[in-house]
Amino acid sequence: MSKEILTGVYFMQGDIACAEGALAAGCKFFGGYPITPASEIAERMAERLPEVSGVYIQMEDELASIAAVVGSSWTGAKSMTATSGPGISLMQENIGYAVATETPCVLINVQRGGPSTGIPSIHLQGDIIQARRGSHGEYEMIALAPSSSQEMFDFTIDAFNLAEKYRTPVFILSDAFVGHMREEVIIPEPERIYRVPRKLPDSGTCGGKFRGFLDEDVAPMPIFGHGFKTHVTGSCHNDFGQRNVIDAEALDYYIKRLNSKISKHAHEIISVSQDVDGKEVALISYGSCYRAAREALNILEDEGIRQVGSFRLLTVWPFPRNQIQELARKVKSIIVLENNLGQITPYVEAAAGGQAEVIFLPPRVLGTLHDPATIVDKVKEVIR
Amino acid sequence: MIEIDEDLCKGCEICVAFCAKDVLEMSDKFNKKGVHPPLVVREEDCNLCGNCMLYCPDLAIVVAEEEESE
Amino acid sequence: MKLVHPLMKYVRPGAISTATCTGCGDGIIAQAVLRAIDELELNIDDFVFVSGIGCAGWIPSPFFNADTLHTTHGRPIAFATGVKLARPDREVVVISGDGDLAAIGGNHLIHAARRNIGMTVICANNGIYGMTGGQVAPTTPLGLKTTTTPYGNVERAFDLCALTDAAGASYVARWTTYHARGLTRSVKKALTKRGFSFIEVISQCPLQYGRRTGVGNAVAMMKGYKENSLSVKKAASLSEEELKNKIIVGELVDKDMPELTEQIEKLRRIHE
Repeated sequence: MSKEILTGVYFMQGDIACAEGALAAGCKFFGGYPITPASEIAERMAERLPEVSGVYIQMEDELASIAAVVGSSWTGAKSMTATSGPGISLMQENIGYAVATETPCVLINVQRGGPSTGIPSIHLQGDIIQARRGSHGEYEMIALAPSSSQEMFDFTIDAFNLAEKYRTPVFILSDAFVGHMREEVIIPEPERIYRVPRKLPDSGTCGGKFRGFLDEDVAPMPIFGHGFKTHVTGSCHNDFGQRNVIDAEALDYYIKRLNSKISKHAHEIISVSQDVDGKEVALISYGSCYRAAREALNILEDEGIRQVGSFRLLTVWPFPRNQIQELARKVKSIIVLENNLGQITPYVEAAAGGQAEVIFLPPRVLGTLHDPATIVDKVKEVIR
Repeated sequence: MIEIDEDLCKGCEICVAFCAKDVLEMSDKFNKKGVHPPLVVREEDCNLCGNCMLYCPDLAIVVAEEEESE
Repeated sequence: MKLVHPLMKYVRPGAISTATCTGCGDGIIAQAVLRAIDELELNIDDFVFVSGIGCAGWIPSPFFNADTLHTTHGRPIAFATGVKLARPDREVVVISGDGDLAAIGGNHLIHAARRNIGMTVICANNGIYGMTGGQVAPTTPLGLKTTTTPYGNVERAFDLCALTDAAGASYVARWTTYHARGLTRSVKKALTKRGFSFIEVISQCPLQYGRRTGVGNAVAMMKGYKENSLSVKKAASLSEEELKNKIIVGELVDKDMPELTEQIEKLRRIHE
């Protein structure tokens, strides 16, 4: 049996499934720092990486963790870190560096109650906007939101593939509920797991003469150790990696190219699952909230109320603006379920553009799952 | 022999100050950067110690033994 | 006959003579590093140079025609740790300033020394924040007036060599830019050392230090280094009082201890 892919059926914690997904995707480097509720990912990687000729390192803090992840990625390794909100806050500057230098890597955020130290073991979807805009400057981000142990496995593989395909950091926005929950996880046979390999320049490519940056269609990555003589900088640079910290024109080009690399391909990246045709009301959800949405829909169906459908964001970022615009033309009302005070709701409202009524519905107590009955009541109120 | 790439020079005068044999002096002319580069004035005194080359922050000075012509 | 500088072959085309101010010690350090590589006859393509933010971050980037990673402020050692762990066969060299390595990045410095990871860290220590306009640094001498210590610095300066020694470095040396030959020797030694090597280079910032504090230009500063420095051997026989305001130069630590990437390789062999 492959040491990287432990084919079989398991009863597995979300965090562990995430680690196994990373290994199945070909992850060979983990740099991290312990934090509840993400530590189980680090522990599993510490045990498993030496088995697959990988490297686990516990760094001195989260700033160092993401730095080491970026450094290792520049040698060609598929790399990741896993932390929670406070750790992500510390990593922000170098997450921006990873975006700017087009460094593929995967960042797992097992969200917990915040702000500040908050409550470590209680789940909150508090870092959704932070994932999108937490680092300074203008940039795009890709983020996936799993809702089960199985998805912790599957989405982590997707995250590595997206990171390689678009040469950019990719977030997994999990939370303490999904990370600590135990469920059935099926790990498929190796041949059924799709892995995107790193795109490299042709060997013999001469350094300095190679456009290794700022290609809207993703430049091959001139990784270290191949004589490419690559100059990597988080400063404003051109297609060759040459720094330019003088011209506004250069900054304009740099920002727009980095951003369009993602926005131009947003339609390929965005993933939603919807069952809204012919419905009056849509329940928008992502991550752990989807579980409550699903249950509420089951109850409603049992009660014979069939004019309600689900619209789930599998990728929260890039935001599925067009899809929600279309949704708003189909339904009368949109109920947005979030375990926070409404982080994507303004985005939904903007996309809906007044075509449908948008109602934000948090759980009665933040940090808990929505009681499906609350959702059912809200739906009944809306369709009345 | 000593060769100075005048246009690389920023005019810091380190080479002049640390030459044990006073081989170099600052010249009056301006280079492309608008500074006075050094000038080799007493090459015959040079003992090829290489201090000027070693200390030049701008890699503007090369010192080498004269190659004998065949 | 036109002479070509023997180190020019290591310079990235178009990068020459751009970054530093007149008389800056960074150029002397750059030259010492390249000379060490040249004298050891190493292939610069086998190196990864990592630097941070500040003037000294520009010593390898973009100057050296090799793989260079110019990182965020304070983090070059952490980035370099990732590079070295993933590619232990590469020579990883961090070149950065005292503010970058000892203030904002101080934690990474001591932890890299503690891990004894096989990399060379060269710290250009000018005792000031040069790029931002001459603010006090953790390496600024007590009493010195800087732009942010207008009444004189009330904090003591870090002894970076004692710090890295205490943290567990395999090789520690201190030189000044005046001691360019000793510096070159130490870089050669550090590059051939298996564990963590730290070289502190006391270096002149003629503008933000020399001019503002009245010490003088680059020449005056380097002459000061010459007059105020003592060898490790000589210093050993002097009292603490006699060593006040002196710069002790030479090799301070040279020992062999288990190196991190070799230890990690052993973990992998368990599973073979």
